[in-house]
Amino acid sequence: MSLRTPLGRVLGLGSAKEGVHHWWVQRLTAVALIPLGISFLVSLICLPALDYLTVHAWVHQTWTAVLLVLFLGLACWHSKLGVQVVIEDYVHSGAKTVLLIISTFAHTLIAAASIFAVLKVAFGIAP
Amino acid sequence: MPDRPLSPHAGVYKFKYTIVSSFLNRLTGVALSAGLIPLVWWLMALADGPKAYEEAVVTLSNPFFKLIYVGLAFSFTYHLLAGIRHLVWDTGRGMERRQSQVSAWVIIILAIVLTVLLLAALVVTRGLA
Repeated sequence: MSLRTPLGRVLGLGSAKEGVHHWWVQRLTAVALIPLGISFLVSLICLPALDYLTVHAWVHQTWTAVLLVLFLGLACWHSKLGVQVVIEDYVHSGAKTVLLIISTFAHTLIAAASIFAVLKVAFGIAP
Repeated sequence: MPDRPLSPHAGVYKFKYTIVSSFLNRLTGVALSAGLIPLVWWLMALADGPKAYEEAVVTLSNPFFKLIYVGLAFSFTYHLLAGIRHLVWDTGRGMERRQSQVSAWVIIILAIVLTVLLLAALVVTRGLA
């Protein structure tokens, strides 16, 4: 006989009240990052040079900007989930909550800054 | 330490490939997280114009950062392959001892090979940049 209530079993949310949400989003972002990460790296290698004009012209292209925004957003999200697990597993003192807050803020800042930078270049005028 | 019996921690387990492959995945993941910092630095400089970009590139291409990029190249390939290994496990496949032993060695060797190829490609296309 299980001591779990029928409602608890149906909802399947567990003690953290989040169910498999963290696990599922980590997988979802991981799958998306396979093509996005590879295409980002291949583009970096294939660009004729990494000087200002070349890189600006590359990021200015519509498809590049869209893929970069997706890559940066999902990389930061996946990174936030992963770093969170590492902190939760290895830090047991009061520093845990502080580190989790710092990690969340830092990832949000990096995501906002990098995506804004790409959009600024994409919407700006080509030099 | 709390004054009560504790569940076994990492220290009680025999050191073998399972620990190495799992820990490397976490280590490379955290390294890639740190790698977001030079990436956002580079993109912010690009958005700020030619002068800011030239200045950032001077810093981002010094030997210290080049060493970091070698680490990031390995982190990228290993984390990518280990991630695919995890996704295969999530479908319920490849979890027999023999299979996971083989896949652990395959991804570590493949990661090293791909890292060397990646760095070689960078040296060819960018000179020693």
